[in-house]
Amino acid sequence: MIRRILFVLLALTALTAPARAKDELVIGMTQSPGTWNPLISSMLAKSLISNMTARPVTAWNAESKLVCMTCTELPTVENGKARVIDLPDGKKNMEIDVELRDLRWGDGTPVTAKDVAFTLEVGRHPLSGVASSEGYRRIIKFDAKDDRRFTMTIDRVTFDYNSIGLQLLPAHIEKPIFDANPAEYRNKTAFDTNSTNPGLFFGPFRIVEVTPGSRIVLEQNPTWTGEKPHFKRIVVKIIENTAALEANLLSGNVDYVLGELGLSLDQVLAFEKRHKDKYNFIYKPALIYEHIDTMLDNKLLEDLRVRQAILMAIDRKAISEKLFEGKQPVADGPISQLDPMFTPDTRHYPYDAAQARRLLDEAGFKDIRSGVRHNAKGERLSIEIATSAGNRVRELVAQVIQSQLRQVGVDLRIKAEPMRVFSEALNRRQFTGLAMYAWVQSPQGVPRSTLHSKEIPSAENAWSGQNYPGYRSPAMDTALDAAERELDATKRRTLFADIQRIHAEDLPVLPLFFRVDPFVIPKQLKGVTPTGHLNSSTLWIEQWRWEN
Amino acid sequence: MSRYLASRAVQTAVTLALMSFVVYLLIGLMPGDPIDMMIAGDPNMRSEDAARLRAVYGLDKPLLERYAAWAWQALQGNFGYSRTFSQPVLAVLWPRLINTFVLAGLAFVVAVAIALPLGIWAASRPRSRVDYLINLLCFGGISTPPFWLALLLITLFSVKLGWLPAGGQADIRPDTPWLSGLGDRLRYLVLPTTTLVLVQVGGYTRFMRGAMIEVLRQDYIRTARAKGLPENRVRWGHAFGNALAPVLTILALSFGGLFSGALITETMFAWPGMGKAIYQAILDNDYNLALVGLLIATLATMVGNLLADLAYAWVDPRVSIEQSA
Repeated sequence: MIRRILFVLLALTALTAPARAKDELVIGMTQSPGTWNPLISSMLAKSLISNMTARPVTAWNAESKLVCMTCTELPTVENGKARVIDLPDGKKNMEIDVELRDLRWGDGTPVTAKDVAFTLEVGRHPLSGVASSEGYRRIIKFDAKDDRRFTMTIDRVTFDYNSIGLQLLPAHIEKPIFDANPAEYRNKTAFDTNSTNPGLFFGPFRIVEVTPGSRIVLEQNPTWTGEKPHFKRIVVKIIENTAALEANLLSGNVDYVLGELGLSLDQVLAFEKRHKDKYNFIYKPALIYEHIDTMLDNKLLEDLRVRQAILMAIDRKAISEKLFEGKQPVADGPISQLDPMFTPDTRHYPYDAAQARRLLDEAGFKDIRSGVRHNAKGERLSIEIATSAGNRVRELVAQVIQSQLRQVGVDLRIKAEPMRVFSEALNRRQFTGLAMYAWVQSPQGVPRSTLHSKEIPSAENAWSGQNYPGYRSPAMDTALDAAERELDATKRRTLFADIQRIHAEDLPVLPLFFRVDPFVIPKQLKGVTPTGHLNSSTLWIEQWRWEN
Repeated sequence: MSRYLASRAVQTAVTLALMSFVVYLLIGLMPGDPIDMMIAGDPNMRSEDAARLRAVYGLDKPLLERYAAWAWQALQGNFGYSRTFSQPVLAVLWPRLINTFVLAGLAFVVAVAIALPLGIWAASRPRSRVDYLINLLCFGGISTPPFWLALLLITLFSVKLGWLPAGGQADIRPDTPWLSGLGDRLRYLVLPTTTLVLVQVGGYTRFMRGAMIEVLRQDYIRTARAKGLPENRVRWGHAFGNALAPVLTILALSFGGLFSGALITETMFAWPGMGKAIYQAILDNDYNLALVGLLIATLATMVGNLLADLAYAWVDPRVSIEQSA
């Protein structure tokens, strides 16, 4: 019987062993994209694939430099393609001239200014279901000079005037659907009802097959006018379990796992020890800021000395070395060292348990009973830290922090909750003490939504804004507002330095690390350049190649 | 018979209506809404965006009003759109339902085909070495965590031996020969099916063994043996049919589970099925998708119940369907 079963298995293996050509790359990733419409949601899984089929007008490259993707020249004040306009009422706005490259949708229709105008129309429409409409609403005027040249007017003076991350919609396909019923557009968009329509794509690849939750197949787009990609076919397999994903990589079922959405750091560190000979390993510091929000409404945490003591009692360097082999850089604030706006001239909080104890003494928590500090009123220095359950590394970090704070007499209670429960607690400011999670940032991004006093979630603002600690500082508000408006890079750097300095002094958020994206790249796969930010490596997929 | 079926259909419809209400309520009462999750993932979202989106998705209305609107549309055959996929929920769930049915159905058939003879074999030699061995294997299967078993199979057959794919579905192109395409599909099914079979077969074998031992103790079996009937005829002609009745009930009830998916196996082998879809929909606050997925699972369980009753009447002439009605 066993021999028969083995025979059948072997026969099946011999019968169907798939012969994969070298011009096909099989990629694995852990998340399944939802809607394919580029405006309706901003899932990383979708953008990793959409990067292969379309391009934004401008993007940040691996050196965090803004470059043109679908435009011919980056509009700047210096080259005269961006201008500040003084309005009669004393206000100012900006005009930006853009010229599109010669691009064609997959069905041969040229990509034109009409597509840009339509994309803005959808983005601004209140019923279209676009998540963040701010970027679209601030463009108050659009003038098409001809098919490829247009001028946009922005309702304010802002440093990121030329960061045009617009993902274009094909007006010739989508406009009739949108015009028929804007409220139903999100459900009727051709991106989801006819996902393999070639007319939806103008990038180096187009989607030819979608098996939801399992696989997406892309083939070269014949109408692409840019650099010809080396691979003819890309197969993206969705494997949500990272252990199974690793097994797929080892078995050759997938050639490469996307670093942005693949194996975890601890997994890659272990993997590197076993398979160093077959793969190259890149640990790309990313603009993902691991931190701890402090609830400033909490009487214990209201005291700056307590917050400073907590930060100084956490040995972040040792945590990075022990858990991440030193790959994750310790953060001093919300701006990464990779960001051109970073300044080293801020207050640092090195690990110093003795100083932490002194600060807690000063704050009135001198009486230590059962290892936990109490103040004169008899209040225990006991704080809860909330975090998302299921993130193994983050839970481990929470345990180490708990143990380190115990050394200085702070009782930390860990509360790991499912993501949706944790999100609710954050958005409604229902966490009572500390909350540990991460922010994904953009290069040179002003941290307004997390630090400005107008961004404190409340019932009045429909619980939006991400200033969860409830931090209020007129000096910070002024610096944030000014940094957004400042066009001069040198002056902006000074304002960013102010932001970082004020943040380090006030410490509404305890900085931990900047996460790294671990890339496991087969030695034969060349041209993959991790970026560490939202404009991910697949935006340059045409440079990827397989060299034996 | 038709009166009985009609009565059961009415029962099913009422249960589904109640279930839809309870599930909608439970999902609605869970913390957070889809917009909270969007805010958490997009630092650029403003208060106006949140308010606008809540209105667009109807989340600014009371829960009961939302349920009433959904139920009215559902009665007209419109089960709504998945928020995550921007597609009608049935269009999202249908391929997953097929995938789950193929995987779980195949595993069910194989598990039953192995479990019934194995259970009878063990029952016919109680407390023998064979019985102990079968019991040991059964308990091994029952107590092995599926995720561990799946990883073990992947490591052995995919990573070490390289015989079978570690997960996913076959990549069938238009020019792939039919036989090769079928073979490729089967190759991708071998490991997840084996995992499910190994997990299920122990339970079924134990049920069959227990039922068979119980029947073999009955007086009429002793009488049959006393009459000098051959053991095979006693076992298959007299005992098996009677022992099958309770086992069929269990198997028919398991039938419902075929449609609700095997979450862990589907996740480990990247098999896009119902279990994963429902689980993810709940996590993502995709109300419509989660609700309809759970209703399909409920319907399948009720159909399984009906099949169990019908099967019971079929194998046991003493049970009358009309009386039950």
